Amino acid sequence: MTEATPRLATFPLTRERAFDPPDELARRRAEAPVQRMTYADGHEGWLVTGYAEARAILADNRFSTRPELLHSPIPQRGEFRNEPLTPGFFLRMDPPAHTRYRRLLTGQFTVRRMKLLEPRIREITESHLDAMEREGAPADLVKSFALPIPSLVICELLGVPYEDREKFQRDSAVLLNLDSTLQDVRAAVDDLVTYLRELVAVKAKEPADDLLSGLVAGGELTTEELGGVGLLLLIAGHETTANMLGLGTFALLSNPDQLAIVRDDPDAVDNAVEELLRYLSIVHIGPIRTALEDAEIGGVLIRAGESVTLSLAAANRDPARFDDGDVLDVTRPAHGHLSFGHGIHQCLGQQLARIEMRIAYPALLRRFPNLRLAVPAHEVPLRANMAVYGVHRLPVLW
Amino acid sequence: MKIKADTGRCVGAGMCALTLPEVFDQSEDDGTVVVLDAEPPADAAPAVSRAVQLCPSGALSLEE
Repeated sequence: MTEATPRLATFPLTRERAFDPPDELARRRAEAPVQRMTYADGHEGWLVTGYAEARAILADNRFSTRPELLHSPIPQRGEFRNEPLTPGFFLRMDPPAHTRYRRLLTGQFTVRRMKLLEPRIREITESHLDAMEREGAPADLVKSFALPIPSLVICELLGVPYEDREKFQRDSAVLLNLDSTLQDVRAAVDDLVTYLRELVAVKAKEPADDLLSGLVAGGELTTEELGGVGLLLLIAGHETTANMLGLGTFALLSNPDQLAIVRDDPDAVDNAVEELLRYLSIVHIGPIRTALEDAEIGGVLIRAGESVTLSLAAANRDPARFDDGDVLDVTRPAHGHLSFGHGIHQCLGQQLARIEMRIAYPALLRRFPNLRLAVPAHEVPLRANMAVYGVHRLPVLW
Repeated sequence: MKIKADTGRCVGAGMCALTLPEVFDQSEDDGTVVVLDAEPPADAAPAVSRAVQLCPSGALSLEE
């Protein structure tokens, strides 16, 4: 490997344009899809920007996701590795610990089960559009549409009272904010886990027809573990789809020809959702893994103990996999993107996210055919400092 | 063409059932792959290959 430019000392987050990952990542990818990066704590690890290489690492169980092994490419998050893992938070576990939790949940998120939620998701979507219409323009699309729809859906699925949303939306914003201190993050995790454990105790006494009640009744997990499982599903279930809906609508408004296809051609919607997932890659930092043993990836030897930071956004625009990857083309074959990850940790809720987006984008665009930004595009506040990218607000008129 | 599925490796992501529901389904218990038609007609070959390739855990393979 040649090193034409000096090593990166931290993972780049500053974007030149709203929808494109930092230019530095594309430059690095062209230079070497797997290259050295110096981490915030001085660790000599790796940056992976190529599609084939990122996919290979995600599918390879020689790479661990355990937090105590990871070095962080974000200076503010360097001290987080010493935090004890919340019991049940299986996103940060390797097999076989991970396998046990995942197996208890996969039956709840099958393609068929998620399809059964379609009528209810349509109803929720239409009622939010009705409310927007009643209240009149302008509106903040994040507050009126993008955030409440997935929040309400995941609350109903898990059995978390939607009335408590202010609490968990606030805590979850602290967890995802890369500028939060360790103390803030610790307090937010404690707060949410305590809340969820109390909720689980109620469900043990008064079970309802929801996922958490089912897990309690199954009896395989302790109340402690259920708190961690609930934390993971609640955060992952609303922040991700919410940001896809907000940022995706912004991207479509900025590409009117693409917007028209999503609005007017029902047969184009499924693929358009895949393309928006690829193009926007809202998980814009990581995943981060650490090699448990020496492993060769793309002709590069990664030594045991070295951390690798993947850029899914760069991988999803790798010219070796997607032609003209920097262009939003809702008609291109976009399957195979890495936006839900790959390997054993691939998003558990992806089939729910797909259905939510397949319903919500066209419903919004058909209800408001003249939907447009209420502010100049450069004034839309972007979530560059959050672990999940998107827009903080999206002021719209119709 | 014969489809082999390793339910021990499967992580229940549902990519196969999403891609080709005529051939793949998921167990109601644990979401793991259920092959409905292990030897699908030849014209399904491209979609079958795609489903195999999309599988995140490498649980699916093809025998000629």
